[in-house]
Amino acid sequence: MISHIAILMENQPGALSRVVGLFSQRGYNIDSLSVAPTQDPTLSRLTMTTSENPEIINQILRQLFKLVDVVMVQNLSEAEAYSIELAIIKLIAPQEKVEQIISKANNLEGKILNEHNGHTMFEIWGDSADIDALLASLRDEEFLEVTRSGLLGMTKGNVALNTNDQTKISYE
Amino acid sequence: MTSGGEALIRALSDEKIDIIFGYPGGAALHIYDAIYQQDKVQHILVRHEQAAVHAADGFARATGKTGVALVTSGPGATNAITGIATAYMDSIPLVVISGQVASHLIGTDAFQETDMIGISRPIVKHSFLVQSAEEIPAIVKKAFHIASSGRPGPVVIDVPKDMTDPKVEFEYKFPKDLYLRSYPILGEADPTEVSDAVKMLKAAKKPVIYSGGGVIQSDASEELVNLSKMIGAPVTNTLMGLGAFPATDNQFIGMLGMHGTYEANMVMSEADLIFNVGARFDDRITNNPKKFGLEAKKIHIDSDPSSIDKIINVDVALQGDAKLVLSQLCKEFENSKLKNTDLKPWWGQINEWKEKHGLNHDMLNLENQKDIILPQQVIQSLYKVTKGKAFITSDVGQHQMFAAQYYKFDEPRKWINSGGLGTMGFGLPSAMGVKFAFPDADVACVTGEGSIQMCIQELSTCSQYGLPVKIINLNNRALGMVKQWQDMQYGGRYSSISYEDSLPDFVKLAESFGHVGLKVEKFSELNAAMEEAFSLKDKLVFLDVLIDPDEHVYPMLEAGGSMSEMRISKKDKTF
Repeated sequence: MISHIAILMENQPGALSRVVGLFSQRGYNIDSLSVAPTQDPTLSRLTMTTSENPEIINQILRQLFKLVDVVMVQNLSEAEAYSIELAIIKLIAPQEKVEQIISKANNLEGKILNEHNGHTMFEIWGDSADIDALLASLRDEEFLEVTRSGLLGMTKGNVALNTNDQTKISYE
Repeated sequence: MTSGGEALIRALSDEKIDIIFGYPGGAALHIYDAIYQQDKVQHILVRHEQAAVHAADGFARATGKTGVALVTSGPGATNAITGIATAYMDSIPLVVISGQVASHLIGTDAFQETDMIGISRPIVKHSFLVQSAEEIPAIVKKAFHIASSGRPGPVVIDVPKDMTDPKVEFEYKFPKDLYLRSYPILGEADPTEVSDAVKMLKAAKKPVIYSGGGVIQSDASEELVNLSKMIGAPVTNTLMGLGAFPATDNQFIGMLGMHGTYEANMVMSEADLIFNVGARFDDRITNNPKKFGLEAKKIHIDSDPSSIDKIINVDVALQGDAKLVLSQLCKEFENSKLKNTDLKPWWGQINEWKEKHGLNHDMLNLENQKDIILPQQVIQSLYKVTKGKAFITSDVGQHQMFAAQYYKFDEPRKWINSGGLGTMGFGLPSAMGVKFAFPDADVACVTGEGSIQMCIQELSTCSQYGLPVKIINLNNRALGMVKQWQDMQYGGRYSSISYEDSLPDFVKLAESFGHVGLKVEKFSELNAAMEEAFSLKDKLVFLDVLIDPDEHVYPMLEAGGSMSEMRISKKDKTF
C-alpha cells in the first residue's frame, strides 16, 4: 500500500538531506518526493509517498519527527485528505492526436501546453494511478519525455500543517 | 568586542565547560589562538582525534555532563567520526567542534576540506554549520541543549575558518533563552498507561525487570531500586545498564543477552511479564525477535518514541523520562489496592537456574589451579583489589564480556564501554576522560593486546598530563572474540587473528613513555601484581597479563535462536 506523508520542516541548508538521508540510512524506500517553501519562507513543506508496510510507516513517522529540523509530520493516508499529482508529458505526435489522448484519459484532466515541429507537450493531473495508466497506454514510438510532481496532498477541514509556535527554552 | 574564535571559547565557558579534548590544525588555528589567550577552558592535547572524542565521551559517561572535543577540518574531522559514531550508538551527550575551510572555499576541494556536516549526518543527533560569527554563542547554547536533553547524543558544530577570524569582531552576547521550533522533551508518562502498567506488574507471576542505559542517562538508579524492591522481581541489566541496579543485591540476576548469565536469559525466556526500563530490545538482547518473549506481556519505558515498537511490540508504552516515570510507578504501586502476587515459586525456579549454570564468582580459589591464568580470574582480582569501587573502562572483545560478567558494579557511571558500536580503541582514551573528571578515583582500563594497540599512542598523552590510569591487558596473543567465533562456526580456521611474533614488549613500551610496566605470567603472581599496580598511586601502570589463549566467553546465545538457546561451555548447550 502507498502511504502519503506530509512534513513541515525548517527551510535550511541540510534539512532536506537529513530527511532523505534518514530513508536511505534506515533502509526505507521513497517512491515520490516534492518539496518547496511555504507561505512562511523559514519553513518548507515536503510531501512524499512510500510503499512500506504500516509498522514501518509508524517507525518512519517517529524517526522523522525526531529530526530537530522537522517541525510537524502528518500521515495523509490516515486522514481525510485530498491528493493530486501533475505530470508534463512530451509526445512525438500532432496536437490533434494529443487532444484525443487527453480527452480519453480516465479520471484525468489536462491541457496542451505547446506544439513544435510535431512534438506536443501537455500537462495532466489527477490520481497517480491514473497517470501511471495513461503513461502505460502510450506507444513507445510516440513517447519522448515525462516529468511528474510527485503526489501532493492536504487534509480536509480545519486540521492544518502549519505553525507559528516556537518552543522557548528558558534557563532562568 | 570579541572575535568568533574568542566567542566560541567564551560560550563553552558560559556553558560551564572547563575542559575540552582536541588536536589543532590549519582551519582551527584561530580557535586555538583564542584558547591560548584565556585560562577558563583547559585544552587537553591528545595524539589522535579519535582519542579526543573518546576522552570527551568517557568524561561524559562518568560525570553525566556534556563532553567537548575540538578538531580541525579534513582528516581531523574524519578521524573524529569513529568517536562520534560510538557516542551516537550509546546516546552520549557530546559537542564536537570541527574547523572547516573558509566559507568562500567550501565546495572547491580546498586543502583539508571535507563535508563534515554530510559525513557525520547519519551519526549525529543534530549538526550546525556556522554561517555568521555573531550566531556562534546561540549555536553553542542550542548544541548543548540538544546534546544533553531528551535522548542525549552527539552534536557537531562545523566552523569555517573565516567565522573565527580575529580581525572580525562583534559584541559578545550569550543568550539567556533559546528557541527551537519543534523539540519536544518527554517528561512524565500518560497516567492511564502508568496505572495499566502497575496492574500488570502486580498480577504477574513471573515478572522480570530488564533495564538499560536509559536508567543511567536519566540518573534514575534510586527510583529503579525503589520500584524493584516494591515489586520484588528479578532485575537484569544490559551491557549499557550495568551499575544502574547494584550487582551485589539479591534481586540482581546478572547481565542478559548474547553473553548474559544463564539465569538472566532463562528468566527472560520464561517470564510472563517483561518490564523494559530504558533499553531498546537490541539484537544482542533479543536474539531472534520472532522467538522473543512469546509468552510475556511487555511494558517499555523510553524517552525516545521511535524506540517503542521498533523491534518488539509492547502492551504498555510509557513514553517519558525514566526517572519521572519510575517515580510515577512507585507512587501508583504504593497507592494501588491490588494485592501483590507471591513471587516465591518464581524465585525458587530462578535459584535452581542459578545453582545449575550460574557464573562462579569465586574463581580465585579453584581446586586444581594450574600456572596458567584465566581471564575471569584477572577481573576477579581487579574487583578484589579495587573493592568494587573503581571506574572500569573497557575496549571491545572477550575481555569486555569478562569484565561485564565478573566485575560487580554497584553504582551507575562506573562501567564505561562502547556497547552499541563496539569500538576497539575506546578503552584507554575514555579512561583519560574519566581520570580528568575524577583525579582521586581508581580508573582501570580493561583491554586486550588487540584493542589496546588501536589507540596506544595515548600513552604519550597520559605521560604529558600525568594520568595514573591502570591498564589491565588480558593478553591472549590473538583477537580472542574473532578466534572464538572461528572455533565455533568456522571449524577452527584462524583467519587473520594472530600476530604473536610481532607483539611489542608492553613493559618496555610503557616504560619508554615514562610509565610502569608489569608482566604477569603465572596465577601465583596475579594478586600481588594487581595490588602493586594500584599501590603506585601516581603512576600509570601497564599490567600485561598473559592469559589462557583458548578460553571462550560463555554463556553464549545461539544465533537465530531464542534466549533460552545457549552454549554453556565448550561441551554443554541448552538446545
